[in-house]
Amino acid sequence: MAGYRTPLGRVRGLGSAKHGVGHFIGQRVSAVALIVLVLWGVYSALGLAQMDYAGAQAWARSPWHAIPIAFLLCAALYHGQLGMRVVIEDYIHKPMTKNALLILSLFACWLGAAIGVFSILKVAFGGGAY
Amino acid sequence: MSEAKGDAGRPRAADRPLSPHLLNWRPHLTMTVSILHRFTGMALYAGALIVAGWTAALAGGAESYDTYRGLLGSPLGRLVLLGVAFSIFYHLAGGLRHLAWDLGYGFEKRTADTTATAVVAFAVTATIAVGAIVFFAGLGLL
Repeated sequence: MAGYRTPLGRVRGLGSAKHGVGHFIGQRVSAVALIVLVLWGVYSALGLAQMDYAGAQAWARSPWHAIPIAFLLCAALYHGQLGMRVVIEDYIHKPMTKNALLILSLFACWLGAAIGVFSILKVAFGGGAY
Repeated sequence: MSEAKGDAGRPRAADRPLSPHLLNWRPHLTMTVSILHRFTGMALYAGALIVAGWTAALAGGAESYDTYRGLLGSPLGRLVLLGVAFSIFYHLAGGLRHLAWDLGYGFEKRTADTTATAVVAFAVTATIAVGAIVFFAGLGLL
C-alpha cells in the first residue's frame, strides 16, 4: 500500500499522534475518581439497605446523592469498559468473536450508564412511578 | 512453540530466554493477587450493572423497587452483594498498589509481597466489617 511513501513518511503517518496512551490514562484517571466514589457508594448502600421505597426515593432526590451516584455509575462503567476490553483482547483471539464481544461490552456499559442517569434524573426531578 | 529453522548465526528461538506461559509458573503470592485483581474487576463490571439496575428499579416505582430489593435481599442476592463488597475492597486496595507502581514505587520483591498481603488483609477485614454491619443492623442493634 502506498509504495511511493518514504519510510519517514510512513512512520509519521502511523506513529504517535499523542493519543496512544488514551486507554492507560483513562483507566488511571477514572481509578482515582473511583477511590472516593466507591467508598461513598459502600457507605450509602449500607444506609439504603435499611430504607424502604419511600426512604430510598427521598434519598435519591437530594442532589448530594443524585449527582455522586450518577458520577459513580459513569466512572465505574467507563473504568469497567476499559478493563473488560483488556480482558477480552487478552483471551479472545478470533477477530470476529473478539470484536463482537468488545462491541457488546461497549454497548452494555453505555446502556447501563444511560439507564442509570435517566433513572436518577427521573427520581431526582420528582417523578413517581412510570 | 515452533523451533526456528535456524539461519546460521541467528539464535534459534529455543535458545532465547522466553517468558514461560502462565501455566508453567508455580503459584505464588504476587501472581495470585494479580489474578484476583483481574477477577474482582470482572465481578465489579457486573456490580456496576447491578447498581444501574437498582436505579432503574427505583425509578420504576414502589412495586419494582420492592421486587429488586427482595432479589438483593434473598440469600443468593446477599451472597452476590457480599462478593461485590469484597471485590470493591480488594480492587480498591489492589488499584492503589497499581497506582503506586505507576509512580515507580513498590517494585522490590519484599515490598511487592508485603503490599500483596496488605491488599488481601484489607479486603478480608473490610468485607467482614461490612457483613457485620449489615448483620447487626438487620437485628436492629445498630
